[in-house]
Amino acid sequence: MGLFILRRFGVMLLTALCLTFVVFFLTNLYPNLEKLAKTQGNQRMSDEQVANWLENRGYSQPLLVKYGQWLGVAPGFTNTLSDGQVVGSCIRPGVDPENIPTFCGVLQGEWGQSTVFKDDVGAIVSKRLGNTGYLMFWVLVLMIPSALIVGVLAGMKEGSFLDRSLSTFSIITTATPEYVSGVIFIAIFTSSTVGLKWFKGTATSAMDNPTFENFFLPVLTISLYGMGYIARMTRASMTEVMTAQYIRTARLKGVSFPNIVMKHALRNALIAPFTVIMLQFPWLLNGVVIVETLFNYKGFGWALVQAAGNNDIQLLLAISVVSVFVVLFTQLISDIGYVYLNPRIRIS
Amino acid sequence: MEPLTTWEIIGRVLYQFSSVWVALILLFSLSVAFKRRLGLYGKLFDSPIGMIGFGLVMFWVFVGIFGAMDLIVTHDPLSQVSGMKNKVPGTPVRGAEEGEYAWYLLGGDNLARDVFSRMVSGAWIVVQIAPLATLFAFMVGITLGLPAGYYGGRLDTFLSFLANLILAFPVILLFYLLVTPEIVATGVPNYMAAVLFIFPIVFIGVLLNSRYYTRPNFRTPLLIGVLGVAIWLYLALISTSGYVVNNGDVAIPGLPSVLDPFDIPGGILVVFVSVVFVNSPTVFRIVRGLALDIKTRDYVAAAQTRGEGPWYIMLWEILPNARGPLIVDFCLRIGYTTILLGTLGFFGLGLPPESPDWGSTINEGRKLLSIYLHPALPPALALLSLVLGLNLLADGLREESLKD
Repeated sequence: MGLFILRRFGVMLLTALCLTFVVFFLTNLYPNLEKLAKTQGNQRMSDEQVANWLENRGYSQPLLVKYGQWLGVAPGFTNTLSDGQVVGSCIRPGVDPENIPTFCGVLQGEWGQSTVFKDDVGAIVSKRLGNTGYLMFWVLVLMIPSALIVGVLAGMKEGSFLDRSLSTFSIITTATPEYVSGVIFIAIFTSSTVGLKWFKGTATSAMDNPTFENFFLPVLTISLYGMGYIARMTRASMTEVMTAQYIRTARLKGVSFPNIVMKHALRNALIAPFTVIMLQFPWLLNGVVIVETLFNYKGFGWALVQAAGNNDIQLLLAISVVSVFVVLFTQLISDIGYVYLNPRIRIS
Repeated sequence: MEPLTTWEIIGRVLYQFSSVWVALILLFSLSVAFKRRLGLYGKLFDSPIGMIGFGLVMFWVFVGIFGAMDLIVTHDPLSQVSGMKNKVPGTPVRGAEEGEYAWYLLGGDNLARDVFSRMVSGAWIVVQIAPLATLFAFMVGITLGLPAGYYGGRLDTFLSFLANLILAFPVILLFYLLVTPEIVATGVPNYMAAVLFIFPIVFIGVLLNSRYYTRPNFRTPLLIGVLGVAIWLYLALISTSGYVVNNGDVAIPGLPSVLDPFDIPGGILVVFVSVVFVNSPTVFRIVRGLALDIKTRDYVAAAQTRGEGPWYIMLWEILPNARGPLIVDFCLRIGYTTILLGTLGFFGLGLPPESPDWGSTINEGRKLLSIYLHPALPPALALLSLVLGLNLLADGLREESLKD
């Protein structure tokens, strides 16, 4: 088991390296750098000025050198402009030019400077991640229990009326992407002309002061899309368990139906949904981006959209590292948890 | 001219769709009449869920096709009529001339365009891109997944690593990196198209060759004919006005414009390529899993003993026996592709901003959503019903294919 986890960590690192390199390559293509130069410097710069700007700030170095600098294995770039201003990848505002470290990359714990927010990337990411973490926590609190309940109820008696209606419900939720359900919810619950006016259409105020009124709709929107899928998996595994021999034996022994479901079937039926829930995380990440844009909640997904829209290279790299680790880490947990929950695999 | 009442709006919308109703009724009555002779497709009509799903899907397919043939749309989806900005459904068009449709059936959007016509034209964009992109993703996934599952070993490790690499990317980040005007200017999507679109040719070539290589007299002309057409289509697809890539720095000549029957606008091409790129790793994993399972069967061993080549076994023994799950996944994946296209539109990526596709329309409508509901709701419900139809269809197919 230890070796298995170690190997997985190795693959994880390799994947993260490859992915950040791809992101690095795409964000450092010349048209993207040109856009960066124009948004940072001046919209009306001539081609020559753009080239000069990039040259002065070290963006024209070879790709691998720049990547090495970002990683912290190559010495950082410094240059003194003609007006005496010192620029470089390791310069931080408020730090004396003499005290600049030679290496400043991910390995040194430096994630760089965001060009959009004019702030330390590490600080931005942790702050935004905190906001999203709070959102995700409530999504999971709402999504997992309701999905499991729907799935178990539907799977108890296959083909019953309850099964049909709950299955239809879960199919509808899987067919509704967040930007559709979000729009429909906003129309029904928040519209100022018609509708119920129960909730608020934006979650901007929820960052400081989350209440049921301004926070429930984003949570509901993300949970619904993931919920249907988990519920269908739970239903499938529940129906399979309910046809097993030991359930029939229990029935013939005269165990009451609620007892069969609660004591005999449930534990075995919940193994498969566990892995599915873990593998849902990458999808939830997508939902987060959409919902944060739709409800204007300034979290991780919002930062992703801002960084990508403005070609903020270092922020984008940090965001992709974080999301890659979320994806791979949940895969790892799902593998380990599956082995742990299922004694049959552990023994063989 | 009086504004229409709710019932009149419903009646008139239903009437605008009359060509679709006729086509649906014809299709359903023919299919039900001959359902015993139509294999899996015919069996679909035994399951109510599958029939509802199929009906929903075909409704939007016909809406797309007839909409493009100008049978349904009431106004030009791009033209703005003054005085119709954000008007509620059923508002009469100000100063409508003879022969023009006199109402905005579902109202006007914030640029005074007809919401109903935009929704109908949006269906055509989805119907054009989604199934084709899914088909390409399947070709890529099958061509790589079969050998990965069948041979295993290093090839499998390498390809699976690549697939997991792409899957570890959050889809939206990938879209933001690939589908921007700057990236289109570098020609990266064109290179990707040039690589991804080779797979269907390889697939068809290997498929036919492995089947007929014992009969060279038949195989050689067949291969020359089929591959000739396929390569011509391939070159026409990836080259625009005589070049594969032409961005000032690099110019790779492609098919001369004389032989090039169609040009794909850069926006559509990049959307298409990125959707194929995102979908194919998942297809790869499914096909690989199925191949791993099926290669242990007796009929594969029999074929190996017979001395059949590996590609014959993969494409003519394993693939046909994996068709059930693959067909089901194909339906689901078209739905997923539709959702992805909507996501792209929602973030304003790829397609031009005035494009009537559903995602862009939802994105535009959401900005004024708390005051005006009508511009955002019709495309949202349209997308919902199409994806729902595809899900139900997949469910029906799964049920029916499990029966035998």
